[in-house]
Amino acid sequence: MKFTKLLATAAVAMGLATTAMADKTKVGFVYVGPVGDGGWTYEHDQGRKAVVEAFGDDVETVYVESVPEGPDAERVMTQMALDGADLIFTTSFGYMDQTINVAKKFPDVKFEHATGYKTAPNVSVYSARFYEGRAVQGHIAGKMTKSNIIGYIASFPIPEVIRGINSAYIHAKKVNPDVEFKIVWAYTWFDPAKEADAAKALIEQGADVILQHTDSTAPQAAAQAAGNVVTFGQASDMSEYAPFPRVSSIIDNWGPYYVARTKAVMDGTWESVSTWDGIGAGMVGIGEISDAVPADVKAEAEALRDALADGTYHAFTGPLNKADGSAWLAEGETADDGTLAGMNFYVEGINAEIPN
Amino acid sequence: MIYLEKRPQPSRSLSLLTPVYAVIITMIAGGLLFAALGKNPVEAIRTIFWDPLFGQYAFYYRPQLLVKGGPLVLIAIGLSLGFRAGIWNIGAEGQYIFGAICGAGVALALYPMDAFFIFPLMILAGALGGWAWAMIPAVLKVKFGTNEILVSLMLVYVADQLLAKMSLGLMKNPEGFGFPGSRNLQEYPSAHNAELIAGTGMHWGVVFAFIAVIFAYVLLNKHILGFNIRLTGEAPRAASFSGVKPSRLILFCLGMSGALAGLAGMFEVSGPSGQVNIDFAAGYGFTAIIVAFLGRLHPVGILLAGLLMALTYIGGDIAESQLGLPSAAIQVFQGMLLFFLLALDLLTNFRVRFKSGAAA
Repeated sequence: MKFTKLLATAAVAMGLATTAMADKTKVGFVYVGPVGDGGWTYEHDQGRKAVVEAFGDDVETVYVESVPEGPDAERVMTQMALDGADLIFTTSFGYMDQTINVAKKFPDVKFEHATGYKTAPNVSVYSARFYEGRAVQGHIAGKMTKSNIIGYIASFPIPEVIRGINSAYIHAKKVNPDVEFKIVWAYTWFDPAKEADAAKALIEQGADVILQHTDSTAPQAAAQAAGNVVTFGQASDMSEYAPFPRVSSIIDNWGPYYVARTKAVMDGTWESVSTWDGIGAGMVGIGEISDAVPADVKAEAEALRDALADGTYHAFTGPLNKADGSAWLAEGETADDGTLAGMNFYVEGINAEIPN
Repeated sequence: MIYLEKRPQPSRSLSLLTPVYAVIITMIAGGLLFAALGKNPVEAIRTIFWDPLFGQYAFYYRPQLLVKGGPLVLIAIGLSLGFRAGIWNIGAEGQYIFGAICGAGVALALYPMDAFFIFPLMILAGALGGWAWAMIPAVLKVKFGTNEILVSLMLVYVADQLLAKMSLGLMKNPEGFGFPGSRNLQEYPSAHNAELIAGTGMHWGVVFAFIAVIFAYVLLNKHILGFNIRLTGEAPRAASFSGVKPSRLILFCLGMSGALAGLAGMFEVSGPSGQVNIDFAAGYGFTAIIVAFLGRLHPVGILLAGLLMALTYIGGDIAESQLGLPSAAIQVFQGMLLFFLLALDLLTNFRVRFKSGAAA
């Protein structure tokens, strides 16, 4: 009881403080990694910088890096709210329950949780359709491979990652019926040593294209050392390895969303929403396709990208069967978001088991 | 010239004072570091050490000290017993994880049953889990003379993989849409390690930490086992002549520290954290090693050191957010604390002497 009262008092004090400097909107960011990780957190911080750029002195941003997913995250969010944040972005799946807990205590503060599924009147969720980018990657990979073996460094067997593998496979197979996927589970999002080992193992097994769902550049370096192996940047452009081995990339682009949501708070039009945007809305970016890719393949890949962007093509369009042979999508049918969000099966042709 | 002279007896007063000196020197060196980063050093130090205790929102941060410090103290107390006897359990993190898995496992297996005995059963499972994980290096050392430092450390990585496996497989929340992570035990009243008095941060883990402090104090000062632990650490030969069996001591110290680490993990997973998840382990098992040494391996010292360490975490996060300090700077700052403490330890055992003229 006492705590609630104290919090209420604090909220009143905060309210007074906010009125005193009402012209500035305060936006907090909670990061799971360091801003210099070159991948996931780096791109969220680029989004924060876009907010600063867009609103200048009308906005104040604060952030805390490397916050463990647990009570620490809850404390950091509470601290930001106590310090008068109007809007808080919590940028890791593992912050889900903590975000909901803190949001309950601060009904006037808006929260935005990345990649989760729990919403509340003051909690929105947002995520990106990275699988659209995987479709473009798969197309290029299928065209570029000579050994017909594509290596895939996967992180954890969760729907997000399985969706990416399926999307890449479907589009590689479409342009190259002989293609085969070899998948290594690294059980990490970021571990340069493990990722390098995984890349080397795949190259030894004959893969001459490596796709990665982990965030470090170690696989790029391993491919460069091996010589004739194609890679793609993950999360950020990784252009330091362009034009070869890195021939393109999937870039997380949170800036436009962060700017729009901050604007909504400023205008008082913020509402709780569930956002799942792809290439079309600019949340998923396809990095420059380098000259190492033949011009015709590049043109096809760009056409695919544009079709995904304007919605004329869906990355999961039937006919598609599941790996166990059962029918999934009929001719021309597209996957619904519910199935995609919880995807726990491979499509037909991927000769592997999902670990559990 | 300056030279060092070994003291006949370690200085008692200095052994008590060096932690205080270490904190002061850390503040100075840390202040210089923050100044080099272009931040006001006084403001930074004040934000880290003062604001959580006496600032505007201290009512929120003070309870958080217990939440953050509780597991650190509980683990460090266990570690200190072994460290005193020269038995180096570096793998408390693994025992913490395994204790959490076992404790949560009981709850998840019985979900959604509503019964009073679930929580005590979880406590038992957590302690047993941590104990069992620590018994691996203990038995290997006793039977085959393996190095407990290596084995216990390596088992941390095994526990980490097991945690990922559990989060993605057996313990995955069936209502979680395929996402990793178990059910949130905070929403399961029979298993929830809730705050005993709302808003105080006091949960059962904190209570156990305090009990562990008292228990360790009595053990070390009043009990023959505690005497044997100290004797083995300070004079191993004398200990063996007086009939202390090293193997029994190894089993006791590793088992005890494992059980306490397992308890810490279980209280964390059923309370503040709530979920078995891939990234559940936040490094408490490793930080507790610093806490144990910062507290001079003394129960009361560890209690204070655990709270101090918690303060640097909480204050550090506030400084990051309010002043824009990078988290790496805060980590360096915490590292300095141990570094200066170990450096100053020299003074407890040695005397600094000045001598004029060129001595040969």
